[in-house]
Amino acid sequence: MADAVGLLVALVVFGWAAAALDAGLGRVSGRAGGVGSAVGAPLREVARLVTQRGRRTLVPDLLLVRAGVVALPLAALLAAVVLPLGGAPVLDTSVGIVWFNAMEVCVWGALWLVGWGVNSVYPLVGGYRFLAQGLGYELPHMFALITVALGAGSLRFGDVVAAQRGVWFAVWMPVAFAVYLISALAMAFWGPMGQPVGRDVAGGVPAELSGADRLLFAAGRYALLVVVSAAAVPLFLGGGAGPLLPGWAWAALKTAAVLGVLVLVKQRVPAVRMDRFTVFAWVVLIPLTLVQTLVVGIVVLR
Amino acid sequence: MSVGAFWALAVLAVAGGVAVFVVDSMARATFALLASLLAVGGTLLLVDLHYVGVLVILMMVMEMLVMAVFMIMYMMNPGGLMPMKMVHGDRAAKIIAAAVFVLLAAGAFLTPWPARRGPPPADPTRALGLAIMGPRMLVMMVVGVAILATMVATVVLATHRGRYDR
Amino acid sequence: MTLQTFLLLAAALFSIGLYGVLSQQSIVMLMMGLELMINGVIAAGGAFWHYVAPRTADGQVLVLVAVTVMALEMAMGFAVVTAIFRARDVDLTDEAGDLKG
Repeated sequence: MADAVGLLVALVVFGWAAAALDAGLGRVSGRAGGVGSAVGAPLREVARLVTQRGRRTLVPDLLLVRAGVVALPLAALLAAVVLPLGGAPVLDTSVGIVWFNAMEVCVWGALWLVGWGVNSVYPLVGGYRFLAQGLGYELPHMFALITVALGAGSLRFGDVVAAQRGVWFAVWMPVAFAVYLISALAMAFWGPMGQPVGRDVAGGVPAELSGADRLLFAAGRYALLVVVSAAAVPLFLGGGAGPLLPGWAWAALKTAAVLGVLVLVKQRVPAVRMDRFTVFAWVVLIPLTLVQTLVVGIVVLR
Repeated sequence: MSVGAFWALAVLAVAGGVAVFVVDSMARATFALLASLLAVGGTLLLVDLHYVGVLVILMMVMEMLVMAVFMIMYMMNPGGLMPMKMVHGDRAAKIIAAAVFVLLAAGAFLTPWPARRGPPPADPTRALGLAIMGPRMLVMMVVGVAILATMVATVVLATHRGRYDR
Repeated sequence: MTLQTFLLLAAALFSIGLYGVLSQQSIVMLMMGLELMINGVIAAGGAFWHYVAPRTADGQVLVLVAVTVMALEMAMGFAVVTAIFRARDVDLTDEAGDLKG
């Protein structure tokens, strides 16, 4: 129980930090503003959305919209429960990696439901964009996860962390790590992979959401970003291992580092069109990850 | 606990299945089917099939989302705003389906099923992996070839342009 | 939660799917019926593994094959629908009846 509460608090704090950092960095390149205003930016947005008057499109499918809006943060939370962040995970299952993958795929459903349900063209375009992006990133992503499981000889996150006592997987599976970072951006539709919520389609999927719905959607997206960053820690960065500090502190530091990189990438890298990314993913990334899996397989067998 | 969960999931699975053919909106029909499939995946989790259960959940979410795209693409009136009935031989189909259900249910309850042979292995996932990479390898090889053949056949069927024509 | 109740669930799903396969005019809806039938097979396969022969992995392999069949069925089905639709703007089984023979 305490674990679950701790996880929830960590999600909120890291999500907040990511939103604040994003706001602060955006301000550096845009108009001026202090650190204080960046830290307060997420709070102001929350207050604005909570007090905002609801807006509705013509004949929306409210059941589907609500299902999608709730599914987004729920998927992030359910993906987070299998992650060991220093200690044991909240739900220590023997198929943690597959579970993580399954919950992250539920995001496809959430985005498509919202995009379809509001009965408006730009959200629908955004929803379809995410499906196209999903078909591009999912296979290299799965091969990266399979490589990790192969290296550890287990689908349990705890075993994966234990297998990295000597060398981090990020060091001897660099291709898998790089592919995971790309797919992390794609999973959380963040930065260069943010076309489903792109500016060219008026904000994409959440364009017609308002008030609490929009707040839940935004919270779910930040939670997802935190979860995909946090998952990189047990998968590739040795989990909570490190000198001096306790496990949870190392896990938090490493998560913050990955999260910071992802937020920086959003500010620095231009958007990638998902059709071009799909070609790249299938022609370049899938063969690369397959070779990586082969190399890891040979090393494990020897 | 697990008995209650089983019945809840079973009711959800059947209700989702019925809803597929009742609702007007194609999007709702697809997600009703998804709910049914996920509920069955959940029942597998209840009988210690953790890997297979989660795999069913993973595969079905992806599959239904791809299905949703085609559903919307090919159905007239996908949003269900103008309800229409698109069935043939409805009465006969209902009778046949009910008869099959009665037959199967009677078979399920009347057949003297063999007693359980041996306890489940400590790690069913490991047992599955050893089986498909050992004695059941032929199954996986056939499945692999079937997937490849399907990929080629679907692309040939569905695309009308050649490789360099893009 | 016994083998019988699992099989009852499987039978219900299979029959609902069968109704859909028999009654739906749209090819896409027909395929949803097929998916429901395979869904019943998955439930039955898992139950047989757990209640009859958990020592061998045959029940699990059956579920794996069923899941694959489902994906292949869907891919082939949509490819055929796409081909028919492209050729003659049709997505109903009744209007493709002349394909038999």
